[in-house]
Amino acid sequence: MSSLRKIMTVSIAALLSVSSLAACGTASASGTTSSSTSSNAEASTATSLSDFGSMSALEKAAEAEGSLNVIALPHDWSNYGEVIAAFKKKYPKIKVNEANPNASSKEEIDAIKTNAGTDAAPDTVDVGLAVAATSTKYFAPYKVKAWSSIDSSLKEKSGLYTAGYTGIMSVGWNKTKYGSITKLSDLLKSKFAGTVALNGKPAEAGAAFNGFLMANALSGGTLTNLKPGLAFFKKLETAGNLTQVDVTDATIDSGQTGVVFDWTYNQESYQKSLKAKGIDWEYKTFPKAQVVSYYNQAINKQAPHPAAARLWEEFLYSAQAQNLWLKGGSTPVLLTQMKKDGTVNKTILADQPQLTGKAISYTNDDSTRITTWLQNNWDKTIGN
Amino acid sequence: MSGFSSTSSTSPARPRRQDKPARSGGIGTSLLHRSNARTAAVTLPFFAYVAVFLLLPTVIVIVGAFRSPTGAFTVNNLRKLAEANTMQAFGISIAVSVTSAIVGAVVGALASYALVIGSRPNGALRRIIVATSSVLAQFGGVMLAFAFIATIGINGIVTIMLHQFFHVTVNPNWLSSLPGVITVYSYFQIPLMIITFLPAVDSIKPQWREATESLGGNTWQYWTKVAFPILLPRLLSSFLLLFANAFSAYATAAALFSQRSFLVPLMIQGAIRNEMDPNQQGFAQVLAFAMVVVVALAMVASRLVEKRFARWQ
Repeated sequence: MSSLRKIMTVSIAALLSVSSLAACGTASASGTTSSSTSSNAEASTATSLSDFGSMSALEKAAEAEGSLNVIALPHDWSNYGEVIAAFKKKYPKIKVNEANPNASSKEEIDAIKTNAGTDAAPDTVDVGLAVAATSTKYFAPYKVKAWSSIDSSLKEKSGLYTAGYTGIMSVGWNKTKYGSITKLSDLLKSKFAGTVALNGKPAEAGAAFNGFLMANALSGGTLTNLKPGLAFFKKLETAGNLTQVDVTDATIDSGQTGVVFDWTYNQESYQKSLKAKGIDWEYKTFPKAQVVSYYNQAINKQAPHPAAARLWEEFLYSAQAQNLWLKGGSTPVLLTQMKKDGTVNKTILADQPQLTGKAISYTNDDSTRITTWLQNNWDKTIGN
Repeated sequence: MSGFSSTSSTSPARPRRQDKPARSGGIGTSLLHRSNARTAAVTLPFFAYVAVFLLLPTVIVIVGAFRSPTGAFTVNNLRKLAEANTMQAFGISIAVSVTSAIVGAVVGALASYALVIGSRPNGALRRIIVATSSVLAQFGGVMLAFAFIATIGINGIVTIMLHQFFHVTVNPNWLSSLPGVITVYSYFQIPLMIITFLPAVDSIKPQWREATESLGGNTWQYWTKVAFPILLPRLLSSFLLLFANAFSAYATAAALFSQRSFLVPLMIQGAIRNEMDPNQQGFAQVLAFAMVVVVALAMVASRLVEKRFARWQ
């Protein structure tokens, strides 16, 4: 008996220390009660608007569900705050539950898994290419109304996931404090001690991965020759300028990260929030290194609100939402078509960084190969 | 992580079933059974809670550690444990935990002793220190990291003052370095030591000192031959508690340097969050499993130490 108690004590003690880690799953939205109707089943197999008959029929079905669960949509990321607000305004009967805004793409898929079968599961996800391409078994095929205007290289052919928007990789910095930056090697100057940041680790986070590719291209590398990029970051680290803090609004505000490799749509929001504080945050893209990587939209196969999920997708690919994305500093996937149709908001467009020259984009195979290379070399060179 | 009381001389011993009941009779045993049943009923909610929040996640972690992304059985994840990078992370994690536990144990023990001899048992000073320690021992995570960042971070108050008045530049990367982490960890280790170690120092009786002196012993002998051996088991078990506390600390480190994975909990974070390579789930679980093993070993050691010294209590 006493030995059993000892075992219990020991094991419980051991578990106590790590349970906090183990139990740290994905945050889930507060459960909502949805009325599951028979239309639910129909909605969950609908692959395009024609399955509902009309837009108004889809709207009705979504309003009957009354809720929409979204995840990982920070309000200052590609202007999602305004996109969500516009959706709420347009469909006041649908309650939008936002979960875990700072989740990574991988964590969005985890949320689908851990909340499967509950009302708290995300209805739709917004994920990077590597995760989208490997998680198709969780997605329902759906082709939005604007499907034919989307370039075929930017969509999964059955509609399992579709590109939504991309930023252009850029360098942003506190101009008030540091003056101007014209070329990448400027970042090696001693005035940038401990303040140059990637948004994550290149082998882990999309924004950092693409930041690495940009630095690599500017240092004379290509998608197959990655050494120049690594050499640059090694120099940056040796100079004591590379910081290891993840970029958040707080680190931008406090000046911990004074120079940041990030997407244009994030730089745009940094600029906006710092303007209020009287700080001039500037960002620039480099013509020789226009790295782009689309974020993709997908519907959870087991969405608790299948009609609302599809309505959300239709909304995202409407001119209204695409213009809002554009306003947030990103390049929406329908931009070319909207320019043709004249539905693009000209005032917003004039304000935004445009793609100049040839964009550097890559396939999922490229990204897997580069990730493996980074896993094998980044920590070894920069220190883990 | 909460502490767990070790059975030492200060805590009352649990009533045990005696080998030979004083009176073998129907009434005695039936009473005994009934009280056992009642005890079991009372502890049931606790064990249910433990099962859901401790055992279940651990089982999930252990099972996950041996599964491939497709769900098949695999030992590939274990292979990653042996990689230099992982080994290094465990090495640094253990080194940081041990160092901060030593700093915490030594400073905390001295502080406890100073409190016992320098203040009245129920005096204001002692109450204030104990209360403060109870709060600070739990003052970890993001708050603590932020407190340090706001003080000696790149734009910290002290950093800026030093720069303006003395033209000294604090290295902005210092907080993300190992000495920096150990310093920050010590901030919650020392108060935790004071809380756990103070009762042991309290139990030193002045009569022992008098006895030593009346038998011709000097101060050195008193400490080496009497007081220290008595305090040693508690010192060691407190040290192991501090070790486990630092080893599993995650939020503090994550706030200080989210992009480095030289500590195991941060490596787990990296594997869980990874959006460029979604097949890291199993690796995260293997790391968590290995942490369970390390802490379990520390707890076993703690039990052994207590048993070894129980004779002296």
